[in-house]
Amino acid sequence: MNMNYTAEELAFRDEVRAFLDEKLPADIAAKVKSFRPLTKADHQRWQKILSAQGWYATHWPEEYGGVKWSPVQKHIWDEESSRYGVPRSVPFGVNMVAPVIIKFGNEEQKQTYLPRILSGEDWWCQGYSEPGAGSDLASLKTRAVREGDHYIVNGQKTWTTLGQHANMIFCLVRTNTEVKAQEGISFLLIDMNTPGISVRPIITLDGEHEVNEVFFEDVKVPVENLVGEEDKGWTYAKYLLTYERTGLAGIGLSKAALSHLKQLASRRIKNGRPLIEDPTFSQRIAKIEIDLTAAAISNLRIIASVEGGGVPGAESSMLKVRGTEIRQAINDLARRAIGPYALPFVEEELADGFDGDYLLDELAAPLSANYFNNRKLSIFGGSNEIQKNIVSKMILGL
Amino acid sequence: MDFQLNEEQQMLQDTVGRLVRGEYSFEKRLEFSETEAGYSEAFWAQLSELGLTAVPFSEELGGFGGGGVEVQSVMTELGRGLCLEPYLQSVVFGGGLVAQAGNESQREQWLTGIASGELKAAVALQEPQSFYDLNDVETRAEKSGDGYQLNGRKAVVIGGHCADLILVSARTSGDSRDADGISLFALSPDTAGVERRSYPTIDGAKGCDIVLNNVQVGADALLGGEGQAGAVIEYQSGRAIAALCAEAVGVMEVANELTLDYLKQRKQFGVPIGKFQVLQHRMVDMMSELEQARSMAILAASVADAEQSDERRRILAAAKNVIGRSGQFISENGIQSHGGIGMTWEYNFAHYAKRLITINHQLGDDDVQLERYARLMQAS
Ligand SMILES: Cc1cc2nc3c(=O)[nH]c(=O)nc-3n(C[C@H](O)[C@H](O)[C@H](O)COP(=O)(O)OP(=O)(O)OC[C@H]3O[C@@H](n4cnc5c(N)ncnc54)[C@H](O)[C@@H]3O)c2cc1C
Repeated sequence: MNMNYTAEELAFRDEVRAFLDEKLPADIAAKVKSFRPLTKADHQRWQKILSAQGWYATHWPEEYGGVKWSPVQKHIWDEESSRYGVPRSVPFGVNMVAPVIIKFGNEEQKQTYLPRILSGEDWWCQGYSEPGAGSDLASLKTRAVREGDHYIVNGQKTWTTLGQHANMIFCLVRTNTEVKAQEGISFLLIDMNTPGISVRPIITLDGEHEVNEVFFEDVKVPVENLVGEEDKGWTYAKYLLTYERTGLAGIGLSKAALSHLKQLASRRIKNGRPLIEDPTFSQRIAKIEIDLTAAAISNLRIIASVEGGGVPGAESSMLKVRGTEIRQAINDLARRAIGPYALPFVEEELADGFDGDYLLDELAAPLSANYFNNRKLSIFGGSNEIQKNIVSKMILGL
Repeated sequence: MDFQLNEEQQMLQDTVGRLVRGEYSFEKRLEFSETEAGYSEAFWAQLSELGLTAVPFSEELGGFGGGGVEVQSVMTELGRGLCLEPYLQSVVFGGGLVAQAGNESQREQWLTGIASGELKAAVALQEPQSFYDLNDVETRAEKSGDGYQLNGRKAVVIGGHCADLILVSARTSGDSRDADGISLFALSPDTAGVERRSYPTIDGAKGCDIVLNNVQVGADALLGGEGQAGAVIEYQSGRAIAALCAEAVGVMEVANELTLDYLKQRKQFGVPIGKFQVLQHRMVDMMSELEQARSMAILAASVADAEQSDERRRILAAAKNVIGRSGQFISENGIQSHGGIGMTWEYNFAHYAKRLITINHQLGDDDVQLERYARLMQAS
């Protein structure tokens, strides 16, 4: 039993810190730390810096331009980047479609798409969910019918995160209606600029435009854009979901949010004393900090087992549930900490370049909106109920 | 024991309910929220024409003579429609302050207007540092000429952006968190030195922060005795808490109806999702929370107009605590049960969820109420 980092791991952490000290743009970090929305340009600026360092594709093999980091190194990177306010990479290209292309794609697909993901030339989005197919993803209806050397795609995707910025979408489509639902699905790469595709914004409850509906009307997709074999897409989709879930626990993000909360609570006053000294509030914070410690150690245990060659199984589902609950609880406290100031919602305060008066405290402006927006954490990426179903099946055999 | 409304009260509730159903569709509500006032002037006019803005005032003041239960009936229905009109601010709270603290001529001057709906009041009692403590007043009123000069800053004045009359607390003596030494002033927002910074609120309403910079008011702006307003404010905020609880019950009722409908309609894995036991149990919990909240709203209404006592204080703190917790439970679990749809602006549920959370931020959240309750419990 040894819970400390090795000398090499510590050296790696120093390297990460030196890089972030030097290269992370202060304006971007400030936005991330205060939960303000990032623009497309912010994401792209940071991605270029990361790519130049060779640290963008942390899940890829080196031969394709990835970084060969061990699970512990990845963990160190996650921790440090949350602490510094590094923007979370938009995962759809680099962490989702790329691993699928690397594992199941053909040579040409690798040659075409991987460099464009690295360089930031392509912005990908994920076309899985449909209005009728959420948790029950396999019931999806978007059709792709082969005609010569094209598929003709018709249907609708929904909840497409940041699809408004994307020029590429990876989709699950139905290519066979004769077989069991899971067996007739294919994995297609589609250029969003193809005629017949339209994108409509969905505004979330906090007024943000983050998700979209994507409509396909007789969209011609070259057969070269099929990944792997026709009708075998479900296997690839599931492979991708294991990648999707590993990041979702967000322990590092919770740590950052917790330290933001403490800062906020030491500035706010209740009964003439800093809120952080208030017995009720400090106990609430303490309880979350303790829960987070437990989740962080659980996370490390999973990482250590993967490092030793194991495969993360249903444990990552448990961690997703726990991690998202903890983050939501921190968001809840942050909103509580601003008291009556949870009500004002001044969108301009969140925008780029706002330099007007803050109503209360610049830390307060985005907190209510952030609380509501993060209700999504327990819904997407496989809702928490679905994760629990997975655990009860896989671990408990129920 | 009889928990039924009497005939008159039932009629009142039905009248408001019909009006809300007829005039306040969700789509219209979104439109009202986008206007400068942030609510519907036309709907407000209808409320006043039906005499609803006069409900809590005594008959000699031109009112209906209603008490906590009548206010509860109105507020529950306004809650069901997520109505944005300043009924709580102007009629219940503002009107209550003027009715209790004002002298005859002040009541004549303002209350008639409030009761008829022509004059809209807002209450400016909170300050940036005050959290939920209404005794935490740093705004100062100094004697000046034959009146007072006000300086300070008031925070999150819901409805204050378009009110005709603003009721401001200011300290005439004492230290910043003393209960004694707080005075109440009636202020026209047009007075020189009053600056309003308006904004929308996250639940779709509107409000403002107010800066008072050497604001000169006459002696007739003082409501009640100098330095004596603490008790009045506490009493009236109790009435407002009872009204908020009633509103919350209306909001929760619809939130639960929408969720239950969705569980029956939405199919995944070939069955309505309401067939999944985890969602069934959650829905049952949501209903139980509503029942608890409803009981406490009734209890709160029953003491809203009673004489001030520790018992009344304790009941109101308990009610607001339950409402805060049950509101958050129903809000969060309702969103979760809806999946992605529950997160969207276009679907009404999200707006019910947001109102429930913001109610907790008005007049003291569940933590603050729990602390109050615990203090009172020790004292008794
Ligand atoms: C902000 C946001 C961003 C998203 N981004 C993307 C994206 O980029 N690309 C993409 O493809 N999708 C995306 N999604 C979609 C997301 O994956 C789905 O919302 C999620 O899978 C749930 O599906 P649903 O919304 O249809 O809810 P439903 O599946 O209808 O579920 C409703 C409720 O029923 C519960 N439920 C369903 N089945 C069961 C069961 N068997 N047992 C117990 N409970 C059950 C759910 O847990 C939930 O509480 C996003 C969603 C959100 C909210």
